Amino acid sequence: MRNKVSQQSAKERAKNFSEVALGFSQGEAEKEAARCLQCKEAPCVKGCPVKIDIPGFIKLIKEGKRKEALEKVKEKNNLPAVCGRVCPQEDQCELVCVLNKKKMPINIGALERYAADYELNQLSDRNRKPTTDNRQLKKVAVVGSGPAGLTCAADLAKMGYQVLLFESLHLAGGVLVYGIPEFRLPKKIVQNEIEYIKGLGVQIKTDTLIGNTFTIADLLQEGFKAIFIAVGAGLPQFLGVAGENLNRVYSANEFLTRINLMKAYKFQEFSTPVNLGDKVAVIGGGNVAVDCARVSLRMGKEVNLVYRRTENEMPARKEEIENAQDEGIIFKTLTQPVRVIGDEKGFVKGLECIRMELARGCDESGRRRPLPIKNSNFVLDVDTVIVAIGQNPNPLLPKVTPNLKTRDDGKITVDENLMTSISGVFAGGDIITGADTVISAMGTGKKAALEIDKYINSLTSNSSNF
Amino acid sequence: MSRIIHKEDLAKDIIRLEVETPQIAKKARAGQFVVIIIEEQGERIPLTLANWDKDKGVISLIFQKVGFTTRKLGALNIGDSIGHILGPLGHATDARNIGTVICIGGGVGVAEVYPVCRAFKEAGNRLIGIIGSRSKDLLILENEMRGVCDELFIATDDGSAGHKGFVTDVLEEYFKTIEQSTNTRYPDLVYAIGPLPMMRAVSEFTRRYDVKTTVSLNPIMVDATGMCGSCRCSVAGKTVFACVDGPEFDGHQADFGELEKRLELFKDQEKKIDEKFSA
Repeated sequence: MRNKVSQQSAKERAKNFSEVALGFSQGEAEKEAARCLQCKEAPCVKGCPVKIDIPGFIKLIKEGKRKEALEKVKEKNNLPAVCGRVCPQEDQCELVCVLNKKKMPINIGALERYAADYELNQLSDRNRKPTTDNRQLKKVAVVGSGPAGLTCAADLAKMGYQVLLFESLHLAGGVLVYGIPEFRLPKKIVQNEIEYIKGLGVQIKTDTLIGNTFTIADLLQEGFKAIFIAVGAGLPQFLGVAGENLNRVYSANEFLTRINLMKAYKFQEFSTPVNLGDKVAVIGGGNVAVDCARVSLRMGKEVNLVYRRTENEMPARKEEIENAQDEGIIFKTLTQPVRVIGDEKGFVKGLECIRMELARGCDESGRRRPLPIKNSNFVLDVDTVIVAIGQNPNPLLPKVTPNLKTRDDGKITVDENLMTSISGVFAGGDIITGADTVISAMGTGKKAALEIDKYINSLTSNSSNF
Repeated sequence: MSRIIHKEDLAKDIIRLEVETPQIAKKARAGQFVVIIIEEQGERIPLTLANWDKDKGVISLIFQKVGFTTRKLGALNIGDSIGHILGPLGHATDARNIGTVICIGGGVGVAEVYPVCRAFKEAGNRLIGIIGSRSKDLLILENEMRGVCDELFIATDDGSAGHKGFVTDVLEEYFKTIEQSTNTRYPDLVYAIGPLPMMRAVSEFTRRYDVKTTVSLNPIMVDATGMCGSCRCSVAGKTVFACVDGPEFDGHQADFGELEKRLELFKDQEKKIDEKFSA
């Protein structure tokens, strides 16, 4: 049997921001690790965007070598404690696990987390020195400290580059800090991973908006041999319906930033407020929507998750959908908002919706197309609306950087080596793919580090030819 | 961390700080702003750049102690540091030579209109300044404004300095003289920054004359880099983000009514935390 991770009970966790999943004990982890067949072919490794030696680290866990297991994971993954928690393993490594044929794949995510959490209790081990002494002193700038930027910076530092990582917010971590809530990814864990990356020699400069504080041209002039742009998909989408600028309508980004980054759930101790009514509608069906719903619930609100298709089409992780249901989120599926209704003071007092049905035919996403049912409008009794229907690539840096080409949808154009239209300037993560998972961003961050190394070496070998 | 190297009371509850931020000072242009957080537990608030000195590597921030964070900021002294400053943010003023510009600043907005005045003047415009406050003791930067404007008018609500009344009264008066004169033209641009009712009144007035009017909007912001949408405003029927699309917009197209309501969103929470600060 696949061993599951124990959780805080739904009743209890609905009232707190502490982590929902509690992680494996040593016994549980070793028992689960013993189930691994140690396949020679290792389909799981192919399913992993950063190609962790999964059978390798699982074997070490089985042997009780937790520290060595973590070292094995870290050969490929610089953020294991994050990935063990938020990766959609069910769509990646666990999907292709041989044991999944019997619907009992190895719980790889929980094992990765178990290995990674070894460090949480081993403070002495954290203050490591940079792993390499032969500093080439070649400077590389990384723009954006989310999963792509952190990964690329860490890999470059391991190769011996001097890496300066720029972040516009006051804390590093990008979406890991402002987006994903505490109960799914404790900020202490993120902080720990960032400390590790700093330990590799990466310097982090917060409060710096590249494009404004320094331009790309400034950085090239300052002697950075290459630049990696990983500024993410931070531009919130709105529905485009009437009433969206009413008070207590929030974008998911604003709501989550207030809560996660600025700690509005501890208002008074922290001074950033959030103003919620009693009944919240969260619009959307992705992980971000489910996060917003579960945060609202923990703020003591009645929460409706409004989604235009059915639960089956929701892009959110199944595990998180189930968690949300267990916690008491009300699912209003096949429902599409058409208008936000406000009172005379400009505050939300209702959400007019229309009922939907699924057509036979599919849309470009491969899912059955939702169609409105005529004359089925009704008003959902809510006083707060959170719009979580997706994010677009952040337009700020491309807008102020001449020669940096973007596509019509705002994504930065890159070639097969992830180089942009500016020589020596690379891009990766959500800014080239659109909103995607943490691990996919990390995958491009890894590739970018390799490409940047190749590029810089080619500069050196070319110049030595002269 | 950015160190405060100078502090000055400009008027009751209006303070000027000079802060060491060499890179922002190097890049700053008129019309832009910064976001500050005093400490980790603090909130992020936008402040318009009042001045900057590239050589000294300092920026000036002028603010009124009206809420929790500005009062906390006002309690800092020379040698203290502000935890985080991000900038410069927003578009700079498009200060080309267009002829005659009237720049209007109200209250602490005078501090914000001053660098804009300087930019228009440097570009070669004829510059008329109108500044106002509730009373003489709340009026700031009169000398600086006099130094940069070709003509400067002052209005105070109680008449303790200059014209008794609002800056819009002075503006109306000015337009009337133009109407009666044969050789002067209406200004090519009116620029207003200050309390929302003032910017709205100015825009409503100039609309009648079809004189282009720019206002600098002041919605609530969080990240101020275009990510959260807290600062969204309606301009010409479209939603814009003041932090990255502005902060300057066409005053004739801005929906001041909506912004006025959006500024009320956190009033209750602000009151709560204010009480804590007072206690």
